[in-house]
Amino acid sequence: MTLTTTLIAGLVLGGTYALVAMGLTLQYGIARIMNLAYGDMIITAAFAAFVVQALPSMNPLIGLAIVVPGGFVFGYLVYVFLLSPLVKRAPDKATLEVDSILTTFGLLFVIQGVLLVLFGSNYTSYTFLNVPVSIFGTTVAANRLIALVLALTFGLLFYALLTRTRWGTALRAVAVSPQSAQLVGINTDRAAAVAFAMGTALAAAGGTVISMYQTFTATGGVVFTMKALIVVIMGGVGNLLGALTAGLVLGIVETTVSTYVDPGLTLAATYTIFLVVLLWRPEGLFGRRVR
Amino acid sequence: MFTTFRRLSLTVLAGTAALALAALPGSAQDHPDKIKIGYAVSKTGANAGGAAMTTIPNYKLWLSDLEAKGGLEMPDGTKIPVELIEYDDRSSAEEVVRAVERLAGQDEAHFILPPWGTGFNLAVAPLFDRYGYPQLAVSAVTDKAPDFVKRWPKSFWFLGGGHDYTNALATLLADQVKAGVINPKVAMISVADGFGIDLVTAARPSFKEAGLDVVMDQTYPVGTQDFTTILNEAKASGADTFVAFSYPPGTFALTQQAQVNSFNPKVLYLGVGVGFPPYGANLGEKAEGIMTLGGIDPANESNKAYRERHNEVNGQYPDLWGSVITYASLQMLEEAIKRVGLDREAVSKELSTGTFETVLGETSLEDNQLRDLWFVGQWQNGTLAGVAPADRKGASDAKLPKQPW
Repeated sequence: MTLTTTLIAGLVLGGTYALVAMGLTLQYGIARIMNLAYGDMIITAAFAAFVVQALPSMNPLIGLAIVVPGGFVFGYLVYVFLLSPLVKRAPDKATLEVDSILTTFGLLFVIQGVLLVLFGSNYTSYTFLNVPVSIFGTTVAANRLIALVLALTFGLLFYALLTRTRWGTALRAVAVSPQSAQLVGINTDRAAAVAFAMGTALAAAGGTVISMYQTFTATGGVVFTMKALIVVIMGGVGNLLGALTAGLVLGIVETTVSTYVDPGLTLAATYTIFLVVLLWRPEGLFGRRVR
Repeated sequence: MFTTFRRLSLTVLAGTAALALAALPGSAQDHPDKIKIGYAVSKTGANAGGAAMTTIPNYKLWLSDLEAKGGLEMPDGTKIPVELIEYDDRSSAEEVVRAVERLAGQDEAHFILPPWGTGFNLAVAPLFDRYGYPQLAVSAVTDKAPDFVKRWPKSFWFLGGGHDYTNALATLLADQVKAGVINPKVAMISVADGFGIDLVTAARPSFKEAGLDVVMDQTYPVGTQDFTTILNEAKASGADTFVAFSYPPGTFALTQQAQVNSFNPKVLYLGVGVGFPPYGANLGEKAEGIMTLGGIDPANESNKAYRERHNEVNGQYPDLWGSVITYASLQMLEEAIKRVGLDREAVSKELSTGTFETVLGETSLEDNQLRDLWFVGQWQNGTLAGVAPADRKGASDAKLPKQPW
C-alpha cells in the first residue's frame, strides 16, 4: 500500500472523528458544558436518520435537512431547561463542570433508555452510497468521503462564523470570560444556549453521516463520547480548527499504524499520541495557555 | 408521604389478594399455583445486541407459546400457568451472578433460563450447580464443555466448541483445494476479544493440520470501523480464502468495505452477524456465497414454521445460528417437565438421557452436549444453508468460488 493510499484512507477516517468532535468542542469550549451525553445524541441522530431514510423517496442526505435542525432545537431545549439553571447557580467554573458532568451523565441514561424502548437493543444498519470513488488512484467509499467533506465544510463554515461575524465574536467573548462579556452587553445565557444547540446540531450531522456506513446500537454512544473527547482535548478545548486538525491527525496515525505496524496497535497508537500531546502541550495543539 | 401511602396500600392489596388466593380450593394439591420461570439477560450494555438477537426473542416466543397453551404441562396432564421473573444484568458479570442468586434464593424460581454469552454462562454455572438448577447454556461456544459437564453435571452445552467450527471449515477448505477450486493460502483476521481469540486459537492448528497455508494472521481491536488497510493487505497476500472471526459491527463494516475495495476472495468467511436476517436482507443477491458459523437446513419444515412464528411474536426473524437452538432447548425443557414434573434433579436426568421432538427434528444430547450442529453455513438462494459437516442429513453443497460482488 502506497503512502498516498495510506494518507487518503487516514484523512477519510479522520474526517469522521473531526466531524464528531467539533460539536463537543463548541459545547465544552463556549457553553462550558462537559456533555457526557454527547455520544448518545449522535446515536439518536443515527436512529433518526435510519427512520427518515426508510421513508419513501428519501435518503439520508436529504435527511440531514431534517435531522440537523432537529438537533439544534433539541440542544437548545436541553440547555434552556436542564443546563441553564446549573449555569445560573454555579459560583465558579469548577462547580459548573462537576454539575454539568453529573447532569449529562444522567441525561445519557435517559436518552439511552428512550432509544432502547423505541428501537430495542439490536444492531442497526442500512446501506447507502456504498460505492467506490477513486481519488488519486485510491479507492474510498462515497459515504465515508461525505463525512470528510462535511467535516471540512462545517469546520471552515463555523470557523468563519466565529471569527468573521459580530455574532461569532460575541460567542468567543463568552468563551473567554462569561463575566466580562456581560459587561459589554452580551446576553451570555443566550449565547451559550446557541453554542450548545449548534454543538448538538453538529452531533446530529455526525450521527446521520455515521449511520450511512457504521453499525450502531442504542447503547453505543459512549464510544463516540470517548473518541470525541480525545480529539477535543488534543485539539484544544473550544477550538474548532483544533478539533478538525486533531481529528484528521488521529485518522492518519491510526491508518499508518495499521498499515505499517499492526492493526492491533491502532488503539495503543491513539492513546500514545494523546499522551504525547498532553505532555508536550497540556492545553492541546491549538489551545490557549490558561493561567 | 404520598409514596408511603401508596406502598402501604399496595401491600394491603397484595395481602388481600394472597388471602383470596389461599381461600380458593386447590385444583391440584401437589402443584403450585404458578410456575416461576426466571432469567437474567443483558437488556442493556455491550452484550445487549447479541442477547436481543439470539436469546430474548426466543424466551418471549416460548413464554407466549406457553401462555397460549395454558401453561406448562405436568405428568398428570394439569397445566400450570407460568410467572415470569426477568432481570437485566446490564452486561455486567457481577450483576448476572447477583441476579441468578436472587432468582434462586429470594424469588425461589422453579427454573432459571441461562444468560447470553460464553463468559456469562460460565460465570453463573457454579451457582446453577450449587442451587441444583439445570443450565441449558446455548449461546456459549467452548471447547471445554466435556470438562464442564464433569464439574457441573446439570449443565448442558448446545453450541459446540471453537475447534468444531474451525475443523469443519478447514476440512471444507482442504477439499476445495484438492478439487483445484482455490489455492491453499488463507488470510485470517480476528477481533481481539473473547470470540475472536477463542476461534483464532482453534483455527491455527486446524488449518495447519489440513495443510492450509496461513499467509496473514492479524488481530484488530474491538470497535475498529475502518478495515481498508487490512483488506488491502489481504488482497495483496494472494490468498484465495479470507477468514474473519469478527463481531457484528466488524462483520457489517468488512462486508461493506470489501465491496468498495472490490475485494473478491474465492472464499469469504465472516464471523457473528452474517446469520442475522437484516444482513441477508440488506445485501440481497450480493450475500450469495458468503460463509459463516451456523446455518440451517432449508428443507426443514418445522424450522420454517418456527421462523414464521418468531416473526409474528417478535416482529423480526430469528438469526440463522443460535436462535433455533435456543428455542429447541426450551422445547426440551418443556417436554422434560411434562415427562417428570417439577423435580429439577429428574428434569436434568431426562434432559441428559431423553430424546425430544423439537424444531431441529429429533434431538438428543451426548454427554450433556448437542453435537448435531451446523458448523459452516453459506448464503444460498436467500437463506443461510448449512454446508458442513457435509455428511449431516440436510446438508447443502458448498458453492465455491464465491462470485465477485
